Amino acid sequence: MKKNKKNEVSKFTKLNRRDLIIGASSIGAFSLAPKKLLSEEVNPENLPPNLPEWTQYLGDGVDVNPYGMPSEFEGHVIRRNVEWLTASAESSVNFTPLQDLEGIVTPNGLCFERHHGGVSVINPQDFRLIINGLVDREMIFTLDDLKRFPQTNKFYFLECAANGGMEWRGSQLNGCQFTFGMVHNVQYTGVKLSDLILETGLKEKAKWVLAEGSDSSGMTRSIPIEKILDDCIIAWAMNGEALRPEQGYPARLVVPGWEGNMWVKWIRRLEFGDKPYMTREETSKYTDLLTSGKARMFTWVMDAKSVITSPSPEKPILSKGLHQLRGLAWSGRGKIKRVDVSIDGGKNWKTAQLHSPVLSKSLTRFTLPFEWNGEELLLQSRAIDETNYVQPTIGELQKIRGVNSIYHNNSIATWLVSKNGKVDNVRLG
Amino acid sequence: MERLTMSGSVRCILSFSLIIFLTNTSIASDRKFNLGQIATKEEIAGWDIDVRPDGLGAPIGSGTALFGEEIYTEQCAACHGDFGEGADRWPPLVGGEGSLASHDPEKTTTSYWPYASTIYDYIYRAMPYGAAQSLSYDETYGIVAYLLYMGDIIEEDFVLSNKNIGYIEMPNKDGFLLPDPRPDIMNTQGNPCMSNCQVSTKIIGKARDIDVTPEDE
Repeated sequence: MKKNKKNEVSKFTKLNRRDLIIGASSIGAFSLAPKKLLSEEVNPENLPPNLPEWTQYLGDGVDVNPYGMPSEFEGHVIRRNVEWLTASAESSVNFTPLQDLEGIVTPNGLCFERHHGGVSVINPQDFRLIINGLVDREMIFTLDDLKRFPQTNKFYFLECAANGGMEWRGSQLNGCQFTFGMVHNVQYTGVKLSDLILETGLKEKAKWVLAEGSDSSGMTRSIPIEKILDDCIIAWAMNGEALRPEQGYPARLVVPGWEGNMWVKWIRRLEFGDKPYMTREETSKYTDLLTSGKARMFTWVMDAKSVITSPSPEKPILSKGLHQLRGLAWSGRGKIKRVDVSIDGGKNWKTAQLHSPVLSKSLTRFTLPFEWNGEELLLQSRAIDETNYVQPTIGELQKIRGVNSIYHNNSIATWLVSKNGKVDNVRLG
Repeated sequence: MERLTMSGSVRCILSFSLIIFLTNTSIASDRKFNLGQIATKEEIAGWDIDVRPDGLGAPIGSGTALFGEEIYTEQCAACHGDFGEGADRWPPLVGGEGSLASHDPEKTTTSYWPYASTIYDYIYRAMPYGAAQSLSYDETYGIVAYLLYMGDIIEEDFVLSNKNIGYIEMPNKDGFLLPDPRPDIMNTQGNPCMSNCQVSTKIIGKARDIDVTPEDE
């Protein structure tokens, strides 16, 4: 198998650029390895003092790609799933390739997906949002109606409560993407629910809102009225363009800092009531089972967390000398105040540099320069948020919650850097 | 929000006519933006399908386990097994009683779910998988009754209906803890150990050894 692949690559390096594009696409967009190897292969004929081949002919004109796509050499930067996790792709999850991203914005096409009944296809003309229950006026809105309300534009992270859920008992998945990738961070454009409610009025008894999606799972969650009035949004755009279908096009609920399951996509209805609705998602799922056999319910906030995105299992260290350690930190309780990094498994820590903007309930980028001379390292990062909450170790979490919680594992991960520069997800104890 | 400005006289006329208008329809009185429409009862009824633990929202209908077993066999058994035991990676629906505090808890409708209303609500809105909201109310009551019967919660001839679904006592109804006690780890007050910290750095497990990580190719 490996031998064949090598032959393929050497054949490809002999082709000119035009052939290469055709060749790469004929291998198929779904076969990543050849593309990846191509981008790592050096062609000395393109290096100085030679004239690179692309300098000697005209490139593509405008409109060859009316909607621009990443370079063909970035074909490995994609969402990936873990097939054995779920019974069907329509009720499943994939993961954001955090290890390949910079800054704090997640490109729209790389935001992880979590569906319970597949991606709904909705003509925005057919979109309606009904607000009913304990309001003064039960109302129905078109998308155009929503866009005529005062607008808000905010960056927020969205993290699935089960992010890292496979790591409760031990290190299981050997990748930054698979252990931390159920999170993304985009700028949302939409209308604040506190403004929408000015239109419907609110009865005094209204304490809870049932948010309901129009997809084939009819996703539903109960949200307390205080949160709804505080900072929830009905959003129709992300990162400057319409929501992607897989993120709820044409409109979704945004519940800043709270678990992703509550951010109902393809939203169709908000019902105001005096009690929680106890939907399937908030009783049988998204409850955190303790060793006693009792389960915590309504655990909405995402506690502070951080991850080193490079070096990581997907990003080995390739040479000795100076490197920039990169990572992301976030908290559902506000801004990130500080991130510490350890290279010796948590014995000694150094404070990393936070890069602006540092926003509330948003991913925050950190970096730390380090010299590598071929020694073994145990890399860890530890986030502290503005409430002084310190990201815990897995041991601290297990002591209180056991190992059957599934949800809300925000513990510190450890990456072992071996002497050959390879990086492994390991558990210390 | 600042609206487009109008000349004083136009505004005067408008607000005068608005007062006359408002005296006839109190409905429009408090609307700030005048966007959207009043929803009709029919529009709401078509989409308002949720059922609450106290039975609020349960549509008129009924079914027994005997009736439900027929529907279940046709509509559910292919994925969830003839007796709710699950099949392949599709989840079991019953069983697991007494397992919640064990190393391998089995969270099923009868071992874990705290309310019968939730089973009704979920089956009606989302099942059968790929044919959502195709079951009748009676069929849904029947399937719920069949599951409750298999979990020894009701008898096989018990008629489950909108009138009694809010009164079914589920075995794990007291199995949930509120409110959320987090932050439940707060022992460093923002000043964690920075040097010579007493921690174990022994490697006790490697994901590579478990070998379940998907690979490209």
